[in-house]
Amino acid sequence: MSTLSERILGADAGEYVDRKVDRAYVHDGTGVLTLETWKQMGNRLSDDPDLYVLFDHIVPANNSTTATLQHELRDFACGSFMHFSDIGGGICHQLMSEGVVLPGEVVVGADSHSCTPGAFGAFATGVGATDMAAIWLTGETWFRVPDSIGISLTGSLQGSAEAKDLALLYVSRLGMDGGTYCALEFIGDGVKNLGMDDRLTLCNLSVETGAKTGMFYADHITLQYLAGKGQKVQPQVPDSCMYSRELEFDLSDIVPLIAVPPRVDTVKPVSDLAGIPIDQVFVGACTNGRFSDLARLAGILKGKNVAVRTIVVPASRAVLSEAIRTGVIADLVAAGCTIGTPGCGPCLGAHMGVLGEGEVCLSTANRNFRNRMGVGGEIYLSSVATAGASALTGEITEPEVG
Amino acid sequence: MQGGGHAVCLGPDIDTDLIIAGRYLRTKDHGIWVSHVFEDLDPSLAARMNGAVIVAGKNFGCGSSREQAALALKEAGVTAVIAPSFARIFFRNAINVGLPAIECSLPCVEGQNVKFDLAAGCVETGGNTYSIRPLSPRMRDILAAGGLIRYWRGRP
Ligand code: SF4
Repeated sequence: MSTLSERILGADAGEYVDRKVDRAYVHDGTGVLTLETWKQMGNRLSDDPDLYVLFDHIVPANNSTTATLQHELRDFACGSFMHFSDIGGGICHQLMSEGVVLPGEVVVGADSHSCTPGAFGAFATGVGATDMAAIWLTGETWFRVPDSIGISLTGSLQGSAEAKDLALLYVSRLGMDGGTYCALEFIGDGVKNLGMDDRLTLCNLSVETGAKTGMFYADHITLQYLAGKGQKVQPQVPDSCMYSRELEFDLSDIVPLIAVPPRVDTVKPVSDLAGIPIDQVFVGACTNGRFSDLARLAGILKGKNVAVRTIVVPASRAVLSEAIRTGVIADLVAAGCTIGTPGCGPCLGAHMGVLGEGEVCLSTANRNFRNRMGVGGEIYLSSVATAGASALTGEITEPEVG
Repeated sequence: MQGGGHAVCLGPDIDTDLIIAGRYLRTKDHGIWVSHVFEDLDPSLAARMNGAVIVAGKNFGCGSSREQAALALKEAGVTAVIAPSFARIFFRNAINVGLPAIECSLPCVEGQNVKFDLAAGCVETGGNTYSIRPLSPRMRDILAAGGLIRYWRGRP
């Protein structure tokens, strides 16, 4: 009777294991450090895991220092057998989620949100640059098999509530260290009412509780999604197992929520905050930059005009293409939105949408830490529906039920 | 791996910003951290770090994933950090830079000698022995080598 982590890692919670890694990825930020460390370690590349270098954080480069660092990493990646995605390809976690990561795999990314593809029933987690360098060298790493917290779901989302609202809710319940060392397992009847995009959003925020990863068991929804990407996989059937803790949520009760700066676990109903003026709306990031998010936003904004600057950044080139093909981008541009290069966009405050002193942004990303998007700026985190409704009024606004 | 030192007692939830503030990160000169470690928590701590065993409360090293936090403690001469729990990325980073991160609950008496023996899986202080959550043989080897870079460097 094992948790999904125990099953994939092949040992009981609490034990240390050395595990071969199936896929390992870095981005333009962490890749630079990984490369430096790896050179000191031994300069050999393991040909075992699939290794990826995916440019997403500062794309295109914002200044010549960044450009020079990217140049070196790009040259290295292209001269090796690593998979490489250049600027505009998309956010690393999204690219790994477009038919790359498969159920049962061990996946490691040099980025804290590498928990995202756990949505496919993989054991996916983040490590630092030194760990990643050793994985480049040897193809394996050590893990302590985590205890698991069960997030048990019933019902289905109603009205304008989104998976993001549930994500903010569970983060506030667990708190910013409530999941430390643990894996979150999303279980229960309600999971069948959550699509792949919803699941990715839910796993994405697991690290905001300190958790090692968030995971869903691969079911018919997973299989169907991956089949659409040309991947044929087997479902994972949950065992009855021991959770160190179990939280229950009825999806039908979820209402639109917002995380108030500067903590992701300070969460309030949108209705309590309605009327707070905002200077910028950002829809995107590895949390909410997928096609379903952009389409939902376009549905809200179509035929209207945004009242504040609204930056929309597709999570990947595939998302952008789909949004162009379906007319979503045309609707967003007509409503006054600015469309950014697929990637992280303003999420990390490096460029493209940095906030000024005293400015307020309503963002669909996952972190609202002090100064993250620019010194002196404040970040409220919400769903796409809340971001869309607020973009139209210029202040925090509850989304219409529809 | 064995070692020890004088106890420096700290509370719970010590985050990486408190260990080494963000304003000191952008440097290749690691020596600079020695005088600034824990500056925002208590500026007098830095002087007591050489040969210290930090005995802290739960969730040590939470916050950002900066590897510099573990490095700064090591540079400052800390021989081990003992806490009931660690933030997981700090825990990994500490082992990877060769700083023992030991999971154990024990009473802390400032300045008292604390000895640890990772192979035996115990910590000793004030005449009492406490068992620790064991590390894997691989992790003990990484620590013994002085960190992950040295562990792998020169291996065939
Ligand atoms: S979108 Fe934001 S949170 Fe996601 S990987 Fe990029 S910077 Fe990190």
